[in-house]
Amino acid sequence: MAPPSSRRSGFSRKAQYSLFTGYLLAGAGALLGSALLMLSLWQPSAFAPLRGGASDVVTPAGTVGAVARTETQGFFASIGGYFNAGSQNAALRDEMEIARVRLAEADAVRAENRRLKSLLNLKDSEVKPVSIARLVGSTATSTRRHAYLSAGANNGVTPGMPVISERGVIGRVLETGRNSARVLLLTDSESVLPVRRAKDDVIAFAEGRGDGLLRVRLVNLGINPLKIGDLMVTSGAGGYYRPGVAVAVISKITEDGGIARLVAEPAATNFVAVEPIHQAAAVAVLRGENSLGTPEGAANAEQQPSSAMPTASAAADDR
Amino acid sequence: MEQFDPRARSDIYGQRINRTSSPLRARSVPYLSIMIASVIPVVLIADVMPLVPPLGFLLLLGWRMVRPGLLPLWAGAPLGAFDDLFSGQPFGSAILLWSLAMIAIEIIETRFPWRGFWLDWFTAGVMVVGYWLATLLASGAPVTSEMLLVALPQALLAILLYPIMARMVASLDRFRLARARKIA
Repeated sequence: MAPPSSRRSGFSRKAQYSLFTGYLLAGAGALLGSALLMLSLWQPSAFAPLRGGASDVVTPAGTVGAVARTETQGFFASIGGYFNAGSQNAALRDEMEIARVRLAEADAVRAENRRLKSLLNLKDSEVKPVSIARLVGSTATSTRRHAYLSAGANNGVTPGMPVISERGVIGRVLETGRNSARVLLLTDSESVLPVRRAKDDVIAFAEGRGDGLLRVRLVNLGINPLKIGDLMVTSGAGGYYRPGVAVAVISKITEDGGIARLVAEPAATNFVAVEPIHQAAAVAVLRGENSLGTPEGAANAEQQPSSAMPTASAAADDR
Repeated sequence: MEQFDPRARSDIYGQRINRTSSPLRARSVPYLSIMIASVIPVVLIADVMPLVPPLGFLLLLGWRMVRPGLLPLWAGAPLGAFDDLFSGQPFGSAILLWSLAMIAIEIIETRFPWRGFWLDWFTAGVMVVGYWLATLLASGAPVTSEMLLVALPQALLAILLYPIMARMVASLDRFRLARARKIA
């Protein structure tokens, strides 16, 4: 279809001027856009209030979507359950017997732990979540992996707080609106998380790859002690996350660590808990040092941590 | 007359006698539809990879190609600003890219005034792939091969989705111009 002939300017001065103005305005828009893009790449949090207000408006619709999503998942799971109910029942019975034994053993270990800790005068402090909320949406068109949370500044959520589901770590709060917040998921390519192997103290960094997997980079290079199936948990370094929360399971070994799969998939969660920052004082100190440009935070090990530690601790700022 | 054929005095926009289209609807539908298309992907949880093609941009292309001259040349900037609020890209990327896309289509249109559906699809496909690549670069994250690989389905889906978007724009256009207002 040919464009309407009215848009050919011809000899009409008015038409010529309006066409020219159109180009001028569009060019100005492009220039403004590039200036804003530069600004927001340089200062990612510059437009946080604007985005917070926008996500507050969308969150109610997202909540409806989240309820529908979890209910349909349950619906399909219960249909699927009928097909292999018998064999599954037998297998579950066996598992249950073993689990009972293990539970009793765990009780004994817990009691012993308590006794030893009381000997050492250590106190077990229960972490109370700031807020329980749903993940109501995500940035599904962008390559950045952010999710929207249905709780915000009104519920006491502040940037930097860890978001944890019943299975493990989901991510960290990036920006807050009044009733919504933006969460940096672990799979985002700018997310860095200090982790350790669950059964011993092999420490590493888990970085998002942008494709749903995490790259686990060991801090101490040498012989790679990781094995497929190892569970990585948070180490508590950097101060954001409390130690011992499940993060990922190693699925492939590489030269400097491994590739890991998430334990807690954000799409499969119903409710998530926003927990307070584990050691707010440490975070503040590290952040202050980082802004002064002296990355002294963790210069105790060789090369890896001195470069990666401030990144991990201040990753809430640079996205 | 209506006894024999109830649609005798009407066309695709509704009854012709005594009715006119609502000016508010005629002006707002393109903008509202593009804004809604920008918001829709937010409701989906995509934790692994970008799943949904840029629906807002596709609908902008659709309106621009199917109904040339309806959106002003500068419409990319305000609509892009709205898209930036929700897309997760750094603020300003869609303002820049949507403005550039509108200018590019305008130039293509003056160069090739007689276009058909296939040429429109080709143009839209090239623009969408260019936009996809530009958003990857502007996202503020380092572009890795894995990231390109997981984002590739998004680009293919966007190209395949354009004809559907064009049909949708056509039906939205019928809704836009429907004679909803009664002249007393």
